[in-house]
Amino acid sequence: MHFLQTRFNYLFKTTKGLILVAITMIGLETALFGMLSGPMAEFGVRDWVIKNLGMQIVQAEREGRIIILYHSIAMGVVAIETYMITSLVRMKPFYVSAVRVLITVGYILTMIFGMGFAYWGHNWALHGLYITGLSLIFFAGTLLTIALWPWNKEYSQPNREYASIKGFDMERAAFFTTALATLLSVLFGAVPGSYFGNGFQTFLAENIIRLPEKSLMEFAVIGHLHIMLALICIMITLIIGRWLDFKGIMHKIAMPLMILGAIVLSLGVWGVVTPLEPIAHMVIYVGATPSMLAALLLLIWSWDKLIRQGTAQFKKPNILQKLAALTDDPLRFGPTWQMLFMNFTTSGIGIFMAVKLDEIFRVWPAREERIELTGHWHVLSAIVATIILLYYGDMIGLKGKIRKLYGWSIIILSDIAFASVTIFEMKRLSVSEAAQQPLVNTVMLLMDLGLGLLLVLLAVTLIWRLLDLFRNKGRWVEEVDHELSQEVK
Amino acid sequence: MKKLILPVILLTVLLAGCATVDLNAPIPAFETGIDPSAWAKIPAGAFLSGQEAEPATIDYDYEMMVTDVTVSQYTAFLTESLASGGVKSGEFNGKKAIVGFYPGDEFRAVKHEEKIEAGDWILIPLEDPASRFSFDGSVFAPKPGYENHPMTNVTWFGARAYCLAQGGRLPTELEWEKAARGTDGRAFPWGEEIPLNVANFYSSRDPFEDMSSFGSRTSPVGFFNGQTYGHYVTLSNASPYGLYDMAGNVWQWTGNVYAGMHYRFLRGGSKDTYDMDLRAWVRNNATPTYFSPGVGFRCAR
Repeated sequence: MHFLQTRFNYLFKTTKGLILVAITMIGLETALFGMLSGPMAEFGVRDWVIKNLGMQIVQAEREGRIIILYHSIAMGVVAIETYMITSLVRMKPFYVSAVRVLITVGYILTMIFGMGFAYWGHNWALHGLYITGLSLIFFAGTLLTIALWPWNKEYSQPNREYASIKGFDMERAAFFTTALATLLSVLFGAVPGSYFGNGFQTFLAENIIRLPEKSLMEFAVIGHLHIMLALICIMITLIIGRWLDFKGIMHKIAMPLMILGAIVLSLGVWGVVTPLEPIAHMVIYVGATPSMLAALLLLIWSWDKLIRQGTAQFKKPNILQKLAALTDDPLRFGPTWQMLFMNFTTSGIGIFMAVKLDEIFRVWPAREERIELTGHWHVLSAIVATIILLYYGDMIGLKGKIRKLYGWSIIILSDIAFASVTIFEMKRLSVSEAAQQPLVNTVMLLMDLGLGLLLVLLAVTLIWRLLDLFRNKGRWVEEVDHELSQEVK
Repeated sequence: MKKLILPVILLTVLLAGCATVDLNAPIPAFETGIDPSAWAKIPAGAFLSGQEAEPATIDYDYEMMVTDVTVSQYTAFLTESLASGGVKSGEFNGKKAIVGFYPGDEFRAVKHEEKIEAGDWILIPLEDPASRFSFDGSVFAPKPGYENHPMTNVTWFGARAYCLAQGGRLPTELEWEKAARGTDGRAFPWGEEIPLNVANFYSSRDPFEDMSSFGSRTSPVGFFNGQTYGHYVTLSNASPYGLYDMAGNVWQWTGNVYAGMHYRFLRGGSKDTYDMDLRAWVRNNATPTYFSPGVGFRCAR
């Protein structure tokens, strides 16, 4: 009994345990439901899984299944970010406990019962529990936002190295603003979700993108999915900044930009359901710019720090020594590198699409545009996942060669996959439909190889962590009392 | 040496992606026994439409072609129309094409809408290597082996012109959907499940595809009719009204011209799409000048 109790306490009462559980849940879900599409379907694995797991796949419900799948994975990611925030940012212990209990129960209910409802028949009790899970997560978010209240003098920032105005902690304000914007943006999904759900209608935003007239509810769904992902990205940038102890002049410029970006971006996206819809995109561009600029400042600052730390022994380091110092620790270099890489696979593509929309992309059939749309946000989501995994590698104390192997594997494998996805999305720029198969085969192979090996790496890590739990003095024991704020460096 | 293994493998994989495709690779020829000149009657009445299977009604009888228009049928039309002056040689985007007159659409200046004005528009490109016909300046002829394959690389204007010349028209989306799935709201013309040997879709392992080289190619119209060709056993994909290939093989142009948009809608999925796009309610769309080796059509009247 003691054995189980201590492990349960680690997994569900400590920051690193909770993060481990959430990563495991997401990994299992990704591995299982990833077998239902793409090459796994081609290899016949999908049919085998459906048959042997007794799934009930109704053709008309595919979009609904996918919506629940996306949501349940996203809720796991939101939970991980929440655990990190509650461990990195100062707040009252009551809020830490309450937020964690609510979001843990919430995302587990969402995942288990959401997927149960979506893939194993329509038991409405399961759907009710899925909605209950989502509601608990919303409630956890409300409490988190309250806990992050930046005007509380208890949480003023006396250190002048960090962005502050007369002690008002700008970084805390950025966390608060992003959390609040996330809460409000949830409504843009919840309201149309109820509306369409009650009528048992489902649609994927990418399938209606070209229709000239969309209802307010349809606009709300399109806005919701965009802003939620954007805010998850802003939040992970803030988290990484805190982990790396972002400070100095760059921090002082970046934090107001983060706040401004989160607010304007959100207003722009919310604007799609108002008469301001025609200019909403312009507002979104304006809002995205300061957010991305703030991330760039974090990148510049962190790379400079890595280089300075890594070349301290040299009087006048040359470029190779600087490069070696920058890339010496993939776990600390990786998150910001992935943010930079995102510009080639997501932001850059998005801007190119926007500029050439009518000239190129709207000349292609809708299905081609759909591939591009879904591809770019899959990549963006996956980049967030890799950043979390890189941070997790540091959290669990990987050292030496293992640390390098783990870190570089994540970076290289994911970037190969993401670059391949990007080439696949944009292939029509360089190859016709009739001649595309060799290119498609190559990029599909690289995609599957990159993501497949990444999942293998994750599986190995999780199995190691599982085995570790059976040891009385395993690594998990060391992690019980560790908070992420103690490991800021 | 060991360090070189990974880069060499990666380089090999990357180079493989630059390989060229033999668009004229030999294609197996099969006689399906399905008459491409046949029409099927779809009676007036209610049916279930869309993903949510909502009630809809078409209050008139109509007919639709049992198969997609074949390369033989379309090339015969082109030869005849070129001789009679119904169509002519021209240019589209600086490339040779067969063009024909279209009276234009009303332009409402909706966001992203483009003008489709009265004038000559491209019916088919003349120099696209993926086209399945030859042209000697006056006579069009199917490439050997493709006679009974669906006509592809045809624009919406080209599809419309053919149907008008046959005394018909392109089916509306609603007409197309009813013809494909009947009245009971099924997902596919034949039912709810989609085994590999019931239609031509991406990686369906039919005799016309080789995913390691040229990928997926069209199959003869009506190929999936329950016959066995050599060792390949097919299931019939006939719809409740007896139409073949209403799912897979080629996307099919439909006739609706919607207010405020220049896009035309396609139905049915194709040899290049996963099974999800073969569901009867799935819509694709493209500019009316779009042509592709995965797009064809059939007519209604």
